[in-house]
Amino acid sequence: MSSMTNSVRHWLEERFPLDDIKTLMEKKKVPVHRYSYWYFLGGMTLFLFGVQVLTGALLLLYYRPGADEAFESVQFIMTQVHFGWLIRSVHSWSANLLIFMAFAHLFSVLFLRSYRKPRELTWLSGILLLFLMLGFGFSGYLLPWNTLSYFATKVGTEIPAQIPIIGRPTLLFLRGGEDITGSTLTRMFGFHVAILPAIATLLIGLHLALIQWFGMSVPPALEAEWRAFPPEKREVRFFPNFVLRELMAWYVALGMLGALAALFPWGLGVKADPFASAPAGIKPEWYFLFMFQTLKLIPAKVVGMDGEMLGILAFGLVGAVALLLPFLDREKPFNTRRWISGLACVFLGYMAVMTIYGWVAK
Amino acid sequence: MKDSCLDCHSNLPEPLGVSAETYSQNIHAQKGLTCAACHGGDASSDDPEKAMSGAAGWKGKVERKQVPELCASCHSKAELMKKYNPGLRVDQFQQYKTSVHGMKWAKGDGKVAVCTDCHGVHDLRPPSDPRSKVHPTNIATTCSHCHADAEYMKPYGIKTDQFANYEQSVHHDAMVVRGDLSAPTCTTCHGNHGATPPGVANVTAVCSNCHVFQAQLFETSPHKDVFAAMVLPGCVTCHSNHAIKHPTDEMIGMGPKAVCTNCHSQGDGGATQAEAMHTQLTELATAISSSEELLGRAERQGMEVSQAKLQAAQARDALLKARVSVHAFRDSEVKRDTDAGLAVTRQTYAAGQKAMEEWKFRRVGLGLSVVAIAITLVGLGLYIRNLEQN
Amino acid sequence: MHSASGTSTAAPEPRNAPRRQFVNILLGTGLVASAASFLYPILRYLVPPKLPDLGGDAVLAAKTSELKPNTAKTFRFGSRPGLLVETVSGEYHAMSATCTHLGCTVQYRPDLREIWCACHNGIYDLNGRNISGPPPRPLEAFEVQVRGDDIFVRRKQEA
Repeated sequence: MSSMTNSVRHWLEERFPLDDIKTLMEKKKVPVHRYSYWYFLGGMTLFLFGVQVLTGALLLLYYRPGADEAFESVQFIMTQVHFGWLIRSVHSWSANLLIFMAFAHLFSVLFLRSYRKPRELTWLSGILLLFLMLGFGFSGYLLPWNTLSYFATKVGTEIPAQIPIIGRPTLLFLRGGEDITGSTLTRMFGFHVAILPAIATLLIGLHLALIQWFGMSVPPALEAEWRAFPPEKREVRFFPNFVLRELMAWYVALGMLGALAALFPWGLGVKADPFASAPAGIKPEWYFLFMFQTLKLIPAKVVGMDGEMLGILAFGLVGAVALLLPFLDREKPFNTRRWISGLACVFLGYMAVMTIYGWVAK
Repeated sequence: MKDSCLDCHSNLPEPLGVSAETYSQNIHAQKGLTCAACHGGDASSDDPEKAMSGAAGWKGKVERKQVPELCASCHSKAELMKKYNPGLRVDQFQQYKTSVHGMKWAKGDGKVAVCTDCHGVHDLRPPSDPRSKVHPTNIATTCSHCHADAEYMKPYGIKTDQFANYEQSVHHDAMVVRGDLSAPTCTTCHGNHGATPPGVANVTAVCSNCHVFQAQLFETSPHKDVFAAMVLPGCVTCHSNHAIKHPTDEMIGMGPKAVCTNCHSQGDGGATQAEAMHTQLTELATAISSSEELLGRAERQGMEVSQAKLQAAQARDALLKARVSVHAFRDSEVKRDTDAGLAVTRQTYAAGQKAMEEWKFRRVGLGLSVVAIAITLVGLGLYIRNLEQN
Repeated sequence: MHSASGTSTAAPEPRNAPRRQFVNILLGTGLVASAASFLYPILRYLVPPKLPDLGGDAVLAAKTSELKPNTAKTFRFGSRPGLLVETVSGEYHAMSATCTHLGCTVQYRPDLREIWCACHNGIYDLNGRNISGPPPRPLEAFEVQVRGDDIFVRRKQEA
């Protein structure tokens, strides 16, 4: 057995600088400190994305996009295809876990201040990736073409329509027309399986390359400590120590996904009927709930302007702040770091409260 | 069309008064007829002397006994009615004369129903109007004004429990509660203008207008000749005429609620058949409910059983057919339908069992993979420890 | 799995060797078992199931050889029964077979050349219109397409 590996290695060594690669890999280090566990979140997000790609590709073997076939094909997957229920339920659960993990990764990076110079572009690509994940969630949600997804998409696409000037073109772009029809399904399918994955591949590639280039960031206080007392600094090698630990975390995630899929299989719902009225209490998936609930609570008119539009613009503003965060972190004219932490805490609390509120509200 | 009568009479108290609002609901008024059309007189004159003069043909109050002929004076004339509604029949009076009400009226009885008793008079609306006293949902109540009044009906010697009985029936439930206007009410079986109780020999013919299969089976059954010989009124014998309750499987057989025991005694040919039929029906009903319960349980546990549930509907269809086949009063007929139903329930039950097995399989599979994952995690942990101890 | 540590100082201690061996075997077993538990469902998933799928909204109701003029066939249409009738002149009509009165399954009466519900004597014409008896609404009519020997039925498409 080892002679086979040796000959394979020899073959590769003749063509590629394996030793150089090995040296490079051994050089990669991960700092060890009381916040090190947060470093797992990024890899976990990547892992869950990988699960989505794999299960998504498998689902593509049986799913049929098209208003008169989509629901039936998902039903077919859930009832007739061997382990179809497992692949589909894992895909749905993993989607939710992925978005949760992406937010967790974002906030941990924020509070650990990993967005500081020189890692601004890493942060930027990360925020864009978060938006992409939300886009994946939104476009994928329509694909089973059941009542919930039909009306959630209807409500969801109406919201950006409020934005002045670009609102209506956005609605037409998202819906592929005036209303939610088979054309919307085709479009969302295109976004979900081709366009968003292509952009995501580029952004993930960029994100990972930047991480390799700059190495792992350490919180500022610790950085100062280690500069003062170099012996305090502790690190482990990425290969194999950190990777093995990440593997453990990924295994736990796999176990959880399997359990969720087997114990709480994702439901089929009822096939969408565009002529039926929307069921009472329709709401989007949990990761959009805080925005949805906020918009519901805003009064119709605020200082003479349309309330809903103001809400949407406010969220747009939050998105812009999030994107530009590294550039807002400065020491002159005053130290913004406390402000950033404070605002982030408030926003995190707000999201949590609004999500729960949106969940329990009728 | 000027109607001067209303100018005074809309302000008078009962019984001389008719409010303008009431009269505006009247179909005759809406078609342009004035009070004079029935009461005579001159409706164009504002002078009471002239309006209510003999010269103008003033009749005054129309007596009950005069009503049928008064109404017929227009409603039997095809040439006249064509001007207002060519679709209306013109034989109501002819029919009325054949009815029990009409025949007694002809002999001078002033208590029996005349046109206005059912149709109303000043607020007379077309029967299609839900507020009309002869709208299908209101007919039974209208008939009951006399027919449920024991004092009023005393001279006639007939029962007055029909309305109370009808209120318990499945037909009343369909009509009044569910709003199914096709459900039978008094006039459906008794006729309206020619109202007569159907004779004993004719009952089956009346029911068979809707319940075709049951009637056909009954005709071929051993009961047909026996009932005719005993002068028993077909369907009514077992199902009653007015208090037609929703039938249950307990009606057949020799049990406490069974109607067969009215004639049959334990051990006779009929009793044996009845018991056999009862067993067949309850066997299928039980099979259906147990397979539906199993499928329900499987569904609640997250298994997809929509195909099987669809099939289960076929079993219910078979049970429905079997309950109709009972009317042939031969257990072989019923057995054909129950056997078909049992074949389906065997399949749906098997599907339910398969779903539960799949449920177990998933949990076992999950357990195995969790065990494999746990071993891997322990292995990884120990491996890392080994690695870092060196 | 090799230890990537390049900093071994002394010869491996024999005390730890069996323990090391045990850990390696444990890890190896775990990895193989868990990989199998992931791969088995995926591989089975790739094999298409035997049953024909519910493709599209068009249902194969019957073959042209199954029906003669003035006969009909009940077939399954999605979640409900459907009725396919071949008229005396060879035309095909398809409609829902669930009576709009109380839900019984209707049938074709060749003697009446109309559709009849045995439960309460409701009658529909060949286009599904309720013409006599209790049924309050027509039967939902479906579209029929004949391709070769196959008769396909599907829901009427909205314009």
